[in-house]
Amino acid sequence: MSQRVLLASNEVHIILHRLACQLIENHGFFENTVLIGLQPRGAFVAERLSKILKEDYGVQNLKLGLLDITFFRDDFRRTVNPLEANKTSIDFIVEDKNVVFIDDVLYTGRSIRAALTAIQSFGRPANVELLTLIDRRFSRHLPIQPNYRGRQVDAINEERVVVHWEENDAEDAVYLINK
Amino acid sequence: MSELSVSHLLGIKYITEKDIQLIFETADHFKEVIQRPIKKVPSLRDITIANLFFENSTRTRLSFELAEKRLSADVVNFSAASSSVKKGETLIDTVNNILAMKVDMVVMRHPNPGAGVFLSKHINAAIVNAGDGTHEHPTQALLDSYSIRERLGDVAGKKVVIVGDILHSRVALSNIYALKLQGAEVMVCGPKTLIPKHINELGVKVSHNLKEALNWCDVANMLRVQNERMDISYFPSTREYAQQYGVTKTLLERLDKEIVIMHPGPINRGVEITSEVADSNQAIILDQVENGVAVRMAVIYLLASKIK
Repeated sequence: MSQRVLLASNEVHIILHRLACQLIENHGFFENTVLIGLQPRGAFVAERLSKILKEDYGVQNLKLGLLDITFFRDDFRRTVNPLEANKTSIDFIVEDKNVVFIDDVLYTGRSIRAALTAIQSFGRPANVELLTLIDRRFSRHLPIQPNYRGRQVDAINEERVVVHWEENDAEDAVYLINK
Repeated sequence: MSELSVSHLLGIKYITEKDIQLIFETADHFKEVIQRPIKKVPSLRDITIANLFFENSTRTRLSFELAEKRLSADVVNFSAASSSVKKGETLIDTVNNILAMKVDMVVMRHPNPGAGVFLSKHINAAIVNAGDGTHEHPTQALLDSYSIRERLGDVAGKKVVIVGDILHSRVALSNIYALKLQGAEVMVCGPKTLIPKHINELGVKVSHNLKEALNWCDVANMLRVQNERMDISYFPSTREYAQQYGVTKTLLERLDKEIVIMHPGPINRGVEITSEVADSNQAIILDQVENGVAVRMAVIYLLASKIK
């Protein structure tokens, strides 16, 4: 197993700030926009972005929710390992809101398909956008593309893209791992 | 999340403490799901479940059906009263006929103890025991423990007394197994005639004095007197039973601590507990009903994940 650094800590920080600015450009003061981090790994990106938006750019009253898509996945009973559910915490209704899904790696697009179904349990959003830190090009199973992307990566199926976060893995970095 | 150690839920006797914790953690997620504006997830859209009720039931059946529908399973209902069982068909024939219609899971209530175990050996479908005679009622015990965990934070180390008709109660047996597995202390309390002779071999305390039992416990699970299963008289009169083993507000106020009151339903108001007690904050009877759906969703989801 070999691994290569795709993004080092300072690059991750620059990218997060750029993504935060792009969100502000499109959503202003976030009066009608909510951020939804997709569990489990998208939650780290969402919480980081929310912190940057609040502390560095003075965005107030930012609504952040975490959505678990386990029960909406299309591979129930089809995977070798049992699916593991996480906590959903959305304490607001998304009816007529602009929803921004936030995830760490966009790969096949199936998680996003599941999230699009799952979010409907909380109302009918006005529109839904997708922000992803890493976009694995050429590996989509569904016609899904991000509106905001941190870095586009070309990786073959035998490779894995792993994002590390300081709060969980002791460092901010993105690795390409050859299985 | 790991997997259950079993492919059927036939009784608490057959599962492990780890299984119980997995069911509870999964139920926590489903409890959040059923608070949403749309209380449904699509996980089991390709699973068909038959609810076979060879014995009357309202709440258990309704609870199972809701749980199945909230997981998007296809559901068929069957009750013995309106079926060919009346014409003399055997249990295996009845179930095999239903399975021939491509059913993946069977939820069964049956008056004979062991009916679920028997069926699991002869047919190819996941089986959930929804009560087999006086033997076990595993999902009731799970939702009871889940409700204790929700109210008191943990089941381990808690003192639980099960009061009433232990002899005829599948709820009591399943609860004893479940509570002991999780490290709770259990006492049974009731008239001598309604306590099985060798019950202490299950590691439970026995008392015939309600006051003493309530003073000892953190939680009292009040069982219904099952008149329909009593072929002889086990106590002189309902009035006398209520006086000796019924919980009243006055009795609770005399205790030096506030205990939690549970009841699996249906309640005979004024017999096991008075209306005042049933409707008080100490009673978690309606929480038990609400948790029943989440716990049954968890059981069905986890068993379905093992159907390949």
